Amino acid sequence: MGAVVDYFAAEHRGCDEFFSAAEEAAQTGDLASCRERFQRFRTAMEQHFRKEEEALFPRFEQASGNPMGPTQVMRLEHQQMQGVLAEMESALTGGDLDEFLGQMETLLILMQQHNIKEEQILYPMCDRVLGVAAAALIETLRSFSEGQPL
Amino acid sequence: MITTGLSLEQAPPFDVPLRFFLTAPWFLVLAALLLLWQGPAVFASRWLPVTLALTHLLTVGFMAQVMVGALLQMLPVVVGVVVPRPRLTAALIHVPLTLGALVLPLAFLSGRPGWFHPAMGLLGFGFGVALAAILIALWRAPVANSTVVALRCALGALLVTLGLGLALGVYWCCGLGLPVIVLTHVHTAWGLLGWTVLLVVGVAYQVVPMLQMTPPYPGWFMRGFAPLMAALLLAWSVLVLVGAEGMMKWVGAALAVGIASFAGVTGYLLTRRRRRIGDPTLGYWWIGMTSLLAGALLWWATLLIPALAQQPHIELLLGVLSIFGFAVAVINGMLYKIVPFLAWFHLQAQLLGRAKTPHMKQLLPEKPIRQQWWSCLATLLLLLAAVFHPAVLIYPAALSLGVTGMWLGVNLLGVWRYYRRVLDAGMATESLARS
Repeated sequence: MGAVVDYFAAEHRGCDEFFSAAEEAAQTGDLASCRERFQRFRTAMEQHFRKEEEALFPRFEQASGNPMGPTQVMRLEHQQMQGVLAEMESALTGGDLDEFLGQMETLLILMQQHNIKEEQILYPMCDRVLGVAAAALIETLRSFSEGQPL
Repeated sequence: MITTGLSLEQAPPFDVPLRFFLTAPWFLVLAALLLLWQGPAVFASRWLPVTLALTHLLTVGFMAQVMVGALLQMLPVVVGVVVPRPRLTAALIHVPLTLGALVLPLAFLSGRPGWFHPAMGLLGFGFGVALAAILIALWRAPVANSTVVALRCALGALLVTLGLGLALGVYWCCGLGLPVIVLTHVHTAWGLLGWTVLLVVGVAYQVVPMLQMTPPYPGWFMRGFAPLMAALLLAWSVLVLVGAEGMMKWVGAALAVGIASFAGVTGYLLTRRRRRIGDPTLGYWWIGMTSLLAGALLWWATLLIPALAQQPHIELLLGVLSIFGFAVAVINGMLYKIVPFLAWFHLQAQLLGRAKTPHMKQLLPEKPIRQQWWSCLATLLLLLAAVFHPAVLIYPAALSLGVTGMWLGVNLLGVWRYYRRVLDAGMATESLARS
């Protein structure tokens, strides 16, 4: 396994945990806890998107000389997920947990088919294209904390 | 590093996979009608033309139909390659496959050799186009992960199944002198253990951990399983063809243990899912994996205990467990994830905010999924019991099969109709705004 695959796939699993926790709270009808857990999930997702869009993808595009290729599709899918996350937010604002769970089910498949593409195809390519630069990038990302420029 | 030719684009048009998915359930209904019409005779032996007709309604009409449609859909996701001209390719596969799946059972039932010509032509063409399109895509795959390897093995097995099926067709239509019993054994093994099991294996590597949030399959298992099974199947076939009975049993037993281990590992992973809420499609995986495990153990036992192999019910039991219990149930469950998701996906892409896109549980609520699951379980149990008491139980089993098939078909059609309604309403809003 390469540095990019290991680091970013682990982030996906972390987001899965937050997802599952929010889903559980919604199922038990605990709106307050669901709101709190959803915020944690959303923050983790958005941070992950930022790391990819501002750090990983530009380096891949530069090294592979292909700015309009697979990374563009991944950015588009991030936007689609942001759309569903916004729907979930408004469901929680209105206190509609059934709507929230339906949106979660949709997000789950959207998110996981996206993760499959990244983990199976894009990340291994990043590792190959970036070579030794991949390890350095991951080091930087590890020390990244919120709000800091990437 | 070449990234041209890599396409992570999301999906072919909705109708490309949907035409397969909406057709398939009605073949379960046809199978039920055949059972009602022919009654207990169908379960007298696996070698009767009527039993072969029933088998092919299920394997070609339902199973292969969905499996090919799903492959056209998922290649961009797991392999990163799209099939060229998807609409045309899908039509060139779907039409002959559907007609062939109707004509082949008619050929068996009518007993007229002439019917086998169109059946062979239609299925040879449909599967030929499918194999060419999918194999080309698989060989151009930029990454050869475990799923790609398993899919290549599955497609290779489909090629062998098709080749042997066509050879057997020549026997039925032209009476060509072939060792027909041996070839039928090999054809069946490649169709069920090669094409069907290995395709489910390749898909399960991705779908089970991702959608159920289980731990991943062990790395050594994912790398080794499909190639090992394909090699064992090849060795077993050669031994069957040369008539080396002693060796054949050991290789067969190894195959059975392999299949049981896949069912066991999948079941174990499902018990460790990190999703904390229920999922109505999970029940279909349980039916599928339990049946696969039971079928593999039963086959293993018949290889080691010769007296058991003499029992007349064994082959029919194996057929019911592997075809309905395993393949039909797992496919049924997966359709409930794929179809509402694709409907949502294509709606949001086409509506672009003009109207609110209904979420998956609006497109297909959980209740009908859970209800149809009971009919799927009842059908499996009734079919298994009918193997022992066909005179009494074949009719309730047939009715149950018809109900479960129709229910699946109606549930999927419901998603499509909801999709059309929302899309038409969304587009009408736009043309109203323009005018």
